[in-house]
Amino acid sequence: MTTRAKVLLLKLIIHVGALLPLLNLYWLAFGDELGADPVEAVIHFTGIGALNLLLITLTVTPLAKITKQGYLLQTRRVLGLYAFTYALFHLVNFLSFEVQFDGALFISEVIKRPYITVGMVAFLFLTALAVTSVNKLKRKMGKSWQRLHNASYLIVLLVVVHFYWSVKSELTSPLFYFAMALVLLLFRYKKLKGLISSIFV
Amino acid sequence: MLIRTPKKSYLNDSHVTDESIYHDRRSLLKKMGFLGAGALMSSAISTNATAAFFGDDEAVFETKTLEYSKDMLNQMLVKTPEQKVISHNNFYEFGSKKDQPAELSQGFKVEPWQLKISGACDHPITLDYDDLTKIFPLEERIYRMRCVEAWSMVIPWIGFPLASLLKKVVPNSKAKYVAFETLHDPEQMPGQANRRLGGGIQYPYVEGLRVDEAMNPLTLMSVGLYGKTLPPQNGAPIRLIVPWKYGFKSIKSIVGIKLLEHQPPTTWNKLAPSEYGFYANVNPEHDHPRWSQASERRITSGSLFTRNRIETLPFNGYGEEVADLYKGMDLSKHY
Repeated sequence: MTTRAKVLLLKLIIHVGALLPLLNLYWLAFGDELGADPVEAVIHFTGIGALNLLLITLTVTPLAKITKQGYLLQTRRVLGLYAFTYALFHLVNFLSFEVQFDGALFISEVIKRPYITVGMVAFLFLTALAVTSVNKLKRKMGKSWQRLHNASYLIVLLVVVHFYWSVKSELTSPLFYFAMALVLLLFRYKKLKGLISSIFV
Repeated sequence: MLIRTPKKSYLNDSHVTDESIYHDRRSLLKKMGFLGAGALMSSAISTNATAAFFGDDEAVFETKTLEYSKDMLNQMLVKTPEQKVISHNNFYEFGSKKDQPAELSQGFKVEPWQLKISGACDHPITLDYDDLTKIFPLEERIYRMRCVEAWSMVIPWIGFPLASLLKKVVPNSKAKYVAFETLHDPEQMPGQANRRLGGGIQYPYVEGLRVDEAMNPLTLMSVGLYGKTLPPQNGAPIRLIVPWKYGFKSIKSIVGIKLLEHQPPTTWNKLAPSEYGFYANVNPEHDHPRWSQASERRITSGSLFTRNRIETLPFNGYGEEVADLYKGMDLSKHY
């Protein structure tokens, strides 16, 4: 198989794997087949889905390096865009089904609840990355593009904190995700060290 | 002739949920499990899908029909569908996710059972399983149940007033508080054996009330719902219902009730005192640090698109019956 074919196949798998669960979720939700509280179900599913996709996106670079399969890097953008899509659905679910378009309640929740504030900041960063992911903008932005997209490391940390903070007492799953995020950041130890010292020096 | 003026807390049509067609949880999870991509599934869903795949459809806990007097004031009303009441539960002893208690509790043994009432009283007693449904006449109470997580249901409980039970043991002058304790049996309750499943709370689950709260006529010892004995996920064989407080006060599967001179420790208060107080009265003015308590989503039949957010009422709408208990208290401090 040519590299080009491999990339196409991988992308096809990603499209199907990301879109099917989402379609299925809303199909079930439409028919009141998501248990007693469909609102909680769609919020949790899209939230965890976004975090999973974010972690998968961050796995690609170290995986490509270790396996010496450079073409894998070409899947990063589509994976990242699906992470953004899930995050967008997560936010829309919260706005439309949880607070049910009560604008005042939405704004006060975003401001008053630290875990929602953190989630919202992560979403804004993610939006900036999604918008600047088109090739034209990437070329135009030159070096500052990479600088902006380094924000993905910050985003994953914010999202894990958002998850950890949102649960009542069951901390095992958020801690597991926290550990995964740390492992993925450790692969970028040198780069992060450089980034951090460039901020503080 | 007896003329009853309806109190504000009585339910009327506009407050109650439509009946709906319920599609069972197992088939739902199977569908999600098989159609979804594994990597995107939350752990709960994939675990359940695995269980379904291996044909783990064990017998369902058998409930028995009860005899009781009906709640005449609310009889014409439709409630939160029974299938939703028994499939959406916070009962961490059987798992901290909402669908886990119904999934993991069906083999729970309630017979034999012993409920010991002791402490500062003249005639401590121990009730056996049969006593629970026979010692007092049973009555239906259709109550709103408001969870601290800002969702609510309307449920037809069956039980007897806690006051009847306390009068039987004759509390003495030292009895100022009542402490409750859930069964501790890690072999039967997987959440008590496994920290991840049990949500990291301390077991056994304990709760408490002031004696005057416990003696209030609204406070119910429930042994059933929807005409039958309680299923395990709802707290079989006997649980507390305090309708003007957040749901976590209504402790399930009780084995001990003790009259005390001092305020007893309570589970969620021990875990996060700034988030969960001893009183835990439903109070739209006092926010939980992580979510607003001003409104709630009433769990109804409808799909995702049902507009079901309603205003939360002080004392969950039972103010006329209970507000006097807290006269002169600063409820923002004693939350």
